[in-house]
Amino acid sequence: MRAVIAEDSVLLRIGLVKVLEMAGFEVVAETGDAEGLLAAVGEHRPDLALVDVRMPPGFTDEGVRAALMIRQESPGTAVLLLSQYVEERYAADLLATQTGAGIGYLLKQRVADVEEFIDALRRVASGGTALDPQVVAQLLLRRGGGPDPLARLTPREREVLALMAEGRSNAGIAAELVVSESAVAKHINSIFAKLDLPPADGDHRRVLAVLRFLDGTP
Amino acid sequence: MAIRGGAPRRTYTWITAHAPWSAWAWRNTAFTAAAIPAALPVLLGLTCTVTAPGPGTIPPLLILLLGPLLTRLQRSRFRALLGLDVPKVEREGGRFTPRGLVRRMRSEATWRQYGYHLLVSPLAAVAGALVVLAWAFGVAAAGVYGWIWILPTETRTPGWSNDCDLITVGGVLLLLAAPWLAALFARLDAAAAAALLGPNRARELERRVEDLAESRAGVLDAADLERRRIERDLHDGAQQRLVALAMNLGIARATLPDLPAEAKAVIDEAHREAKEAIEELNSLVRGLHPAVLEDRGLDAALSGIAARAPFPVELSVDIGQRPGATVEAVAYFVVSETLANVAKHARAQHCRVGVVRGPAADGSARGGDLLRITVTDDGVGGADPARGTGLVGLRKRVGSVDGTIKIESPLGGPTVITVELPCGL
Repeated sequence: MRAVIAEDSVLLRIGLVKVLEMAGFEVVAETGDAEGLLAAVGEHRPDLALVDVRMPPGFTDEGVRAALMIRQESPGTAVLLLSQYVEERYAADLLATQTGAGIGYLLKQRVADVEEFIDALRRVASGGTALDPQVVAQLLLRRGGGPDPLARLTPREREVLALMAEGRSNAGIAAELVVSESAVAKHINSIFAKLDLPPADGDHRRVLAVLRFLDGTP
Repeated sequence: MAIRGGAPRRTYTWITAHAPWSAWAWRNTAFTAAAIPAALPVLLGLTCTVTAPGPGTIPPLLILLLGPLLTRLQRSRFRALLGLDVPKVEREGGRFTPRGLVRRMRSEATWRQYGYHLLVSPLAAVAGALVVLAWAFGVAAAGVYGWIWILPTETRTPGWSNDCDLITVGGVLLLLAAPWLAALFARLDAAAAAALLGPNRARELERRVEDLAESRAGVLDAADLERRRIERDLHDGAQQRLVALAMNLGIARATLPDLPAEAKAVIDEAHREAKEAIEELNSLVRGLHPAVLEDRGLDAALSGIAARAPFPVELSVDIGQRPGATVEAVAYFVVSETLANVAKHARAQHCRVGVVRGPAADGSARGGDLLRITVTDDGVGGADPARGTGLVGLRKRVGSVDGTIKIESPLGGPTVITVELPCGL
């Protein structure tokens, strides 16, 4: 699998290359800004783009905007965003672009737990999702105004939804909560029912379930 | 004027200081007399207008043009003869451009000055004349008639008054009175000049308040900018290095499985420490100024801190148009600090944060809306600004933008903190 890296800190970039290679990726391009990233993605069409959110010249959300463009222009490239702080708004923007490729948004410090990070990299590259628990916490934040769909969930269902939003599989959730996989499946079905998500959408329902809380509109 | 003290020595000093030949007497006399030449152009102009109404309107027009010069003349009279500085008026309008002239003619200070020249200055000239006459008659009466009085009665010229004694005494009294008359007129003149030639006190204070408000806004903006700079420096420097360190330790842990148990423990420990340091630095830097605040505004930034609170927070932000960066930063700080306080002291199960923007209820906000922040928790209450440094800091920060803070926290809760920030800053 081929990957490009956009990260303006050289120190971190070197480390990220190492980790990507450990995970079995071939790093075809490295760059320090959004423009370079878009050019590299256009040229190499990689399987994965690993992108820092804050990059020159503005140092605000260049990475997010670049990620949105990548999802539009090369839908086959999965994007994993890294950020010092995760913001649910950025995650919402990304999740709203529903293309087939995987998407991830993690705190930078998750890189330190190399095995878990590699896990997330592979998951995203193969079309899955990896959301930071902190993003999920923000997504699940109760918002005033309008009926709160979360109110209908039991605490256990919320836990399951949170892990689901992070991108865990049913097996992963079951291991985390120390319950059986069938129990997890039962919870998930109950969540879908409470959030009025019809079964036709298949796997995407997992992302939709999270998305639903963004607007508060079922 | 009362004679103070009553000690003979002081009485004596007081008499000499106010005697007709004292410097005090001469200074006041010279000052009041100098009003006569200073008023001459105005008197001349007024006379022309009265005697020849048609072409006589030209001299008053000339006086209008002469206004600034006359003001300068009067000011120098006060300075040179009384040692009194009439404060200068801050000039409105430029020098001699038509527009500047119009603005100058429309300024209230200009018309106050003409008021002085046209009303006070002629009166001061009359007063000056009175003082000069008082001196002259005093000298004449006391001198000439005193002389005649002293001479033997036979030598007196026939036809001159025989009441030499009375006239002499009257002359001496006039001489004694003249300095006081001069002093009185000088005081009145000085008061009139301070009111009409000097700056308008109320206007001056208003301008000063405006200046101060402007410079404070500048200081706040500078502080805000500085916070952002520090945030950026930390983000680009220390944070990235720590992440790289933690990552390298993580790689070491993952790639070197056959290390001795001790080395492994040390690496594990270092790895954990590095991650904790990142966490701490993150919350510190974030408290300074989160990038998302600049980028997406209060709603987005607040959802970040609300989600990190160790209890459920219900957040609603309805502000429409974004307020200024400084107000946003203060609002962010208020919510962040309040939630931290709630987490520390309130033992709350639930918290509600509301931010709305709207016109002030009593219309007191200067030039704009209020940002109203309400934080309600169901904790134990009893929050007292007198004890907690957190609440004091909050109050200071809110006060820095002329905001108000209201804390209702009965023992047993619930605590409601309401902060209002004017957006028109």
